[in-house]
Amino acid sequence: MGGRLQRLLWPILGLPSIVWIVLFFLVPLYVVFCVSFGDVDPIFRTPIPIWNPLEWRFDQVAVVWDRLVGPDNFYLPPVLRTLYYVIIAVVACLVISFPVAYFAARYAGRYRALVLALLVAPFWISYMMRMLAWINLLQPDGLVNAVITMGGIVPLDVNWLSGNPFTVVMGLIYGYVPYMMLPLFAALDRINPSLLEAARDMGAGGFDLFRRVVLPMSMPGVIAGTLLVALPMMGDYFTTDMLSKSPSTSMVGNLINLSIATPGQSGQAGALLILLLLVLLLPMVWYTRSTAKAEVRS
Amino acid sequence: MTVSPAPAEAILEESQPGGRRSRLRGSSDARAYGLATITTIYLLWSLVPVAIVVLFSFNAGRSRSTWQGFSTRWYTWDPDGSVLNDESIRITLMHTIVLGIVATVITVPLGVLLALALDRWRGRIPAGANFTVLITFVIPEIALAIGLLFMVTYLATPFGLGTTAQVVGLVTFQLAYPVVICRARLLTIGTHYEEAARDLGATALGAIRRVILPMLFPAILVSAIIVFAGVLDDFVIVRYLSSGAATETTSMRIYQTARAAPTPALNAMATIILLVSTLAIVAGWLFYRRLNRRSGSSTDLGSFAGQL
Repeated sequence: MGGRLQRLLWPILGLPSIVWIVLFFLVPLYVVFCVSFGDVDPIFRTPIPIWNPLEWRFDQVAVVWDRLVGPDNFYLPPVLRTLYYVIIAVVACLVISFPVAYFAARYAGRYRALVLALLVAPFWISYMMRMLAWINLLQPDGLVNAVITMGGIVPLDVNWLSGNPFTVVMGLIYGYVPYMMLPLFAALDRINPSLLEAARDMGAGGFDLFRRVVLPMSMPGVIAGTLLVALPMMGDYFTTDMLSKSPSTSMVGNLINLSIATPGQSGQAGALLILLLLVLLLPMVWYTRSTAKAEVRS
Repeated sequence: MTVSPAPAEAILEESQPGGRRSRLRGSSDARAYGLATITTIYLLWSLVPVAIVVLFSFNAGRSRSTWQGFSTRWYTWDPDGSVLNDESIRITLMHTIVLGIVATVITVPLGVLLALALDRWRGRIPAGANFTVLITFVIPEIALAIGLLFMVTYLATPFGLGTTAQVVGLVTFQLAYPVVICRARLLTIGTHYEEAARDLGATALGAIRRVILPMLFPAILVSAIIVFAGVLDDFVIVRYLSSGAATETTSMRIYQTARAAPTPALNAMATIILLVSTLAIVAGWLFYRRLNRRSGSSTDLGSFAGQL
C-alpha cells in the first residue's frame, strides 16, 4: 500500500458515517429552519419551506414569540413548568443517585456485580413499559391506592393519573434516574480509596470528608449526569402524556408535539424547537467539551 | 451468575462484617448499613413496578391491578385478545424486533469505522464529526425526529415515512454509542500493537483487520447490545416516522393504549420485548465471558455491566 493511500485510509474509513451524519442529521436540522422560517400556504395551510437563508421570513417565529411573551402568553406556563419540573427532577435524581452510587462503588463488596447489574437493568426495560408499570400501580383501584387507604379503610381518594404534577415529576425521576446513576458511579468508582484514607487520617470525617473530598472529586460525574438527565427531559412530552394526559401538566415537548399534529402549525412546531435548541445549545456544547476533555485525560 | 470476589480495597474490607476489622470505626459500619438500606429501597422502587407488569401479564382475569389467578391466556389462548391471536400485536412485535436487528446491523459498523477514523485522523473534519456525533447523543430526541419528519415530507427523499425512515432515524440517534464506546477502548489499546504488526510486515489495513478489530471486539459487542436495547426502547423517533399500523412498535402501542383500559395482553406484549432484550444481553454476556476467558482477563458480570 502506498504512502498516499495510507494517509487516506482514516478519512476513507470515516467517510460513510460522516456522509450519514450530514445527510440524516445536519440536513434535517436545516430543513427545520427552512420550514420554520418559511411560508404557509394561505389556502391549504401547508408549510412552504424557503430553502435560501437570505429569503427567510420570521413570521412564524414571531407568532411563537408572541405566545411566549406577548399579552396572550399561553405558551409561557408550559415553558416555566418544564423548567421547574426539570430542576426538581434533576435535584431529586442527584439526591437519590449519590448514596446508591456511593454504595455500589465503595461498600457493595461481594455483591458489587449484582448491584451493578441491577442498576443497569432499567436500561434494558423499555421506557414505556416502565411508565405502564406506574399507570397500573396508580390506577384508582391500583396497588398504591389500596396501600394508602389500607384496603379501603382510610377514606382517601387520591387521583394520581390526571393532572397530578407530583405523579409527573415522580415519573420523570423514575424514568431518567439511571442516566444519573451510571456517570456518578463511574466517577465515584475512580476515586482512589487511599485518598479517602488519607483525608480520614488527617481528621476529616463524615460530612467534611464528603463535602471537601468526595463531592469535588465526583464533580465530572455530577455534571455529566445532570446534563444527560436534564437535556432529554427538556424535550420530553410522553411522560406527562402517559401519567397525566392533562393540559395542566403539559411541558414544552407537548407544545411541540401538539403543533406537529395540528395542520398549518408545523412551522410553529419547528420555531418552538429552534428556540428550545437555542436555550440548550450552551449545555450541549458544554457536554461535548467535557466529554472530549475526559477522553484526552484518559 | 458469577459474583466477583471483593476487590482488595481497604475501605471495602472495613465495611464487611467479619472482614478485617482492626481499623474499623463504628460509624463506618453504620454508614455501610445505612447506604445498603437506601440502595435496597432504591432497587425495589426501580424494579418491583416492572415485575408487577410481568406478573399481571399472567393474570387470569381482564384486570391489570386485581390478581385473579394464574393463566397464560393473554399470551396464548384468549380467542381475540391474546398475543398469539391478535394479529396487530404480532405485527407490532415483529416490526419492533426487525427494527432492532436492522438498525443494529447498520449502526455498529458505521460507528466502529468512525471510531477508528477519529482515533487517528487529525484535523477540522474529524473534530467536527466528533462534535456532531456527541451532539446527537445529548440533543432532545424530538429534534432529530422532527428534522427527519420534515425532511421526508418536504424534500424529495427516495424514501417516505415508514420502516426505512424509522431505521434512518434510529441509526442516526444510536450512532454515538459505538463511536464513544469503541473510541474509549481504542485509547486504552494504544498504538503499539498496531506498530508491532506493521513492523512485522502487516499493511495498515491488515493491522486493523487482524490486530485492532479483534482487540476491539468486546467493545463492539457491548455497543451492539446497547444499540439493540436502545432501538427496542425507542419511542419518539419511531412514532414520528411511522406510516401507520404496519410500522407500529411496542412502545407506540403502549403509549396509545395504556390509559384506555386494555387487557393484560398489553403487559404480555411488553414482557415479550423485555424477554427479547434480556436474551440479547445474556447472550452477549456469555459471549463476552468466553472471549475474555480466552484472553485471560477479568470476566465477572460487574465488568460487563460496567461496560454497559
